[in-house]
Amino acid sequence: MKAEIRTVETDTLIIGGGTAGCFCALTIAENSNLQVVIAEKANIKRSGCLAAGVNALNAYIGKGESPESFVEYVKRDSEGIIREDLVYSIAKHLNSVIKRLEDLGLVILKDEKGEYVQRGKRSIKINGENIKPILAGAISVQENIRVLNNVNIVDYLVKDGCVAGAVGFSVRDNVVYVIYARKTVCATGGAAGLYKPNNPGFSRHKMWYSPFNTGAGYAMGIRAGAEMTSFEMRFVALRCKDTIAPTGTIAQGIEAVQVNVRGEEYVERYGSPSTHIRLYATVMENLNGNGPCFLKTKGISDERQGELFKAYLNMAPSQILKWLERNTGPAHENVEIEGTEPYIVGGHSASGYWVDRDRKTTLGNLYAIGDVAGGCPKKYVTGCLAEGRIAAESILNSAEDTQTTKPDKKEISEKVKYITRFFDNNMSLYSMEEVEQAMQKVMDEYAGGISSAYVYNQTKLETADKRIKEILAIAENLRANNFRELLTIFEIIDRLYVCKVLIRHLRARQETRWRCYQENADYPERDDENWMRYVNSVFSDGDVKIIFRELVGRDTIYEHKN
Amino acid sequence: MSIKIDPDKCISCGRCSNVCPGNLIELNGAGKAVMKYPAECWGCTACLKECPSGAVRYYLGADIGGKGSYLCTDNNQDWIDWYIVSPDKTRHHIRISKKESNKY
Ligand SMILES: Cc1cc2nc3c(=O)[nH]c(=O)nc-3n(C[C@H](O)[C@H](O)[C@H](O)COP(=O)(O)OP(=O)(O)OC[C@H]3O[C@@H](n4cnc5c(N)ncnc54)[C@H](O)[C@@H]3O)c2cc1C
Ligand code: SF4
Ligand code: SF4
Repeated sequence: MKAEIRTVETDTLIIGGGTAGCFCALTIAENSNLQVVIAEKANIKRSGCLAAGVNALNAYIGKGESPESFVEYVKRDSEGIIREDLVYSIAKHLNSVIKRLEDLGLVILKDEKGEYVQRGKRSIKINGENIKPILAGAISVQENIRVLNNVNIVDYLVKDGCVAGAVGFSVRDNVVYVIYARKTVCATGGAAGLYKPNNPGFSRHKMWYSPFNTGAGYAMGIRAGAEMTSFEMRFVALRCKDTIAPTGTIAQGIEAVQVNVRGEEYVERYGSPSTHIRLYATVMENLNGNGPCFLKTKGISDERQGELFKAYLNMAPSQILKWLERNTGPAHENVEIEGTEPYIVGGHSASGYWVDRDRKTTLGNLYAIGDVAGGCPKKYVTGCLAEGRIAAESILNSAEDTQTTKPDKKEISEKVKYITRFFDNNMSLYSMEEVEQAMQKVMDEYAGGISSAYVYNQTKLETADKRIKEILAIAENLRANNFRELLTIFEIIDRLYVCKVLIRHLRARQETRWRCYQENADYPERDDENWMRYVNSVFSDGDVKIIFRELVGRDTIYEHKN
Repeated sequence: MSIKIDPDKCISCGRCSNVCPGNLIELNGAGKAVMKYPAECWGCTACLKECPSGAVRYYLGADIGGKGSYLCTDNNQDWIDWYIVSPDKTRHHIRISKKESNKY
């Protein structure tokens, strides 16, 4: 396979043109003449989490609430381990980024007085079907943004601890890109597909999180030695059975309660109903023979059912097919729910890059925003936009004064070789699919997947650690026959790096803080005396080194020091 | 969970292939769109909404309860028409205005 090498120079490189990446690019372009390049593995019109649409804006400061009360809520729901400073900074931007989205064309439900109609304290109702085309449309009229669609970024270019751009390849036209930038922003989303999924057969990608977000941003950071935080706080979603469609529309929208097979409301038997307790309660009811569990919708009016159909078509059309194919709907039967496989996703839990208040990572000139950035759970769409803006403001203030040193020719050609060498590998005994399944099986069985009700212990994690190392060695020897296959290989390799770090984080936190997300059978209790702190890590010399850090308070101005 | 593309309806515009967030659809030698990786579809329906000729059908895999019905769309400026078509060809139609918000 012959590859053309193309060099691009820009002021700001944004890796991943999703929610956070697009908004960051837009904010920079609207406020300066800086040149921005977005490198996106698919096409920004529908790439990432927003592809199908979303059902509500879940982070909003509603009536009677404040940025301070938002921080308290996130802290409570996350059992205390959050970066309060980061959550606070997002909270202060939420309502103004929503206004911006509305100005760009997003339809938001309003009452007669023209005020947003809330869904609970922190959420508002929208038509989120076209939220991504709206963002992409706004990008298309900006002359200083250049979008490289179908370009998958593999690694950063690093010189003296500073990032000077990145390398990647086009899935379509046999080109390897070397992109130099003064500032680089990682916005590649979280990681799905680490664990054996709910539907491991033909419908294996019918999962909650985007199966195309394969943790590339985490992996390139890990390989370059960036500090990561809280990977052990995995996220497991409670979703509609089979279609893995969101449940919030029903649970919060029409306030349906969770019931077991006997019709009993069970959640409060297991603690105060935070996000992870609602899930844990469902897992336990199933283990105790009280499953399946449901959202109790039977008996709602046909009119409400009709509105639910529309809401689902605007974000998860598979659920409509599921209902109508059987001539049924939520008015006629309760909606069965189940927990998904675990994901690593900083927009819901706290896993991701360790960043300062500007969203700078521990590598020079590199920012991380959205689901790939850590410390700040419950960001959702609007928190990702807020982080896009916060990083953009810092870049606007500093990009012009930034001088980057480019890596020398030899280092560049080694990076290029790292990509193209997969074309020269000999035929592997194993197919890409087999390697992916091997990884997912190990994670499922030894690192707390669905089959073990998300519980693991230290011995199992050691096995997982060893097996992932072996599988990574196999993956490094896979052979690609074209650039599309190369994409598949990197999607596997990146996830294996994420698994490696995740396993070490799970081993490091020797308590059980979040049911299902992080449940260690060797240490089954929450231990505030020893574990009110962050588990962070840095990958160096081929190994993951764990670092413990003290909690950062709401009003701290956090800067990286050591 | 996946899609099937009707080659007779496909007018080879390439839009579905451009928009798929997973790079799953390719154009074959005859210029027709083909689903290259059926088991890797996320089910986002981006390709359906993008297709100008209604050539893309969306169905549930039998492993998650599919029984032969499919979903297709007609995407207009102000609304989207969704059709759920069952094996005996009965059609269920839902029109969604792009100007109206979800109620829940
Ligand atoms: C199904 C679903 C429903 C949701 N519903 C809601 C909701 O109703 N309300 C709400 O507030 N939040 C919701 N969320 C959460 C919210 O959508 C996400 O938190 C947010 O969109 C994440 O934004 P992001 O920019 O971090 O990631 P994304 O928007 O996913 O963007 C990441 C981008 O990076 C690209 N990329 C990945 N790897 C590479 C690479 N190597 N090179 C180049 N590009 C790459 C991807 O293709 C993608 O475009 C939902 C999430 C999901 C998955
Ligand atoms: S439904 Fe989405 S993921 Fe599936 S082929 Fe169409 S665009 Fe791609
Ligand atoms: S969008 Fe429709 S018409 Fe165009 S290539 Fe795809 S299937 Fe064919």
